[in-house]
Amino acid sequence: MNAHQPLAQDSWTVAGRTFSSRLIVGTGKYKDFAENAAAVEASGAEIVTVAVRRVNIADPSQPMLTDYIDPKRFTYLPNTAGCFTAEDAIRTLRLAREAGGWTLVKLEVLGEAKTLYPDMRETLKATEVLVREGFEPMVYCVDDPIAARQLEEAGAVAIMPLGAPIGSGLGIQNRVTIRLIVEGAKVPVLVDAGVGTASDAAVAMELGCDGVLMNTAIAEAKEPVLMARAMKAAVEAGRMAYLAGRMGKRLYADPSSPLAGLI
Amino acid sequence: MSVTESLSVQVNGEPRRVSTGASIADMLRELGLDPERLAVERNLEIVPRSTLDAVTVADGDAFEIVHFVGGG
Repeated sequence: MNAHQPLAQDSWTVAGRTFSSRLIVGTGKYKDFAENAAAVEASGAEIVTVAVRRVNIADPSQPMLTDYIDPKRFTYLPNTAGCFTAEDAIRTLRLAREAGGWTLVKLEVLGEAKTLYPDMRETLKATEVLVREGFEPMVYCVDDPIAARQLEEAGAVAIMPLGAPIGSGLGIQNRVTIRLIVEGAKVPVLVDAGVGTASDAAVAMELGCDGVLMNTAIAEAKEPVLMARAMKAAVEAGRMAYLAGRMGKRLYADPSSPLAGLI
Repeated sequence: MSVTESLSVQVNGEPRRVSTGASIADMLRELGLDPERLAVERNLEIVPRSTLDAVTVADGDAFEIVHFVGGG
């Protein structure tokens, strides 16, 4: 990319769909729909993740997410959160496709409740089936370059390694493996999970990721809307820094002011 | 209501009674739901939205009716 282009023209493409915001936000854990909608607005996100759950038969008049976050304006990315087998995840996404009518989905198959670490054997199996059925899965995975390559070979349209466990807010624990995944992938790579604050998002972008997906870091901030703005700025700053190409690291000091002409 | 006039089904894990001859769309309307915003699974098979009016509910059917909620 030409460094003189304004950042506004810096876009990324997943499964043929082009987006200018590199921040994807979740819609869980908010106090209410109004705060959720305000945070999404402040984040500048164009894609939001959503879950697929049973309709409340007892009270069908309850407010709905779609009343606050317009699916015509934002790309709803249905997830498979809470699924621990390939079978459950596939079933959930088939329902999601029927409810929403689109094929771009987020696949996550979890291995255990304690760490919510992905079960890669089931994740790979589900990816293969979903691709055969015409889905375009963006896949949550471990930060393992080999697993990432296998997912890409199976047809994942984006690789989404965790930076740290879901909801932990620990930040990017392994920059080396995230960078290895970025270097090896031909599809977009997004850090999904583990971001706690703005600098974590910037780190992900400085590593060359195409984007960052987060939920808890915004939803559990004391001021979610302000944190959403911070995340927007951090993702943009990290992306610009990546494009700018950071300076080399030195062990010792190198003065910024000229030594010539010292009194 | 006599048994000949209604069917026994499961909706999201709960027992429900539906009028004999009702389509899935009729059942959704009875439940106060808007078919445009949800997906229906009948006995583990997706029911395409375009056929909700055509498919008749059968005694013993198990339905899952889902929609999008907030999630990460």
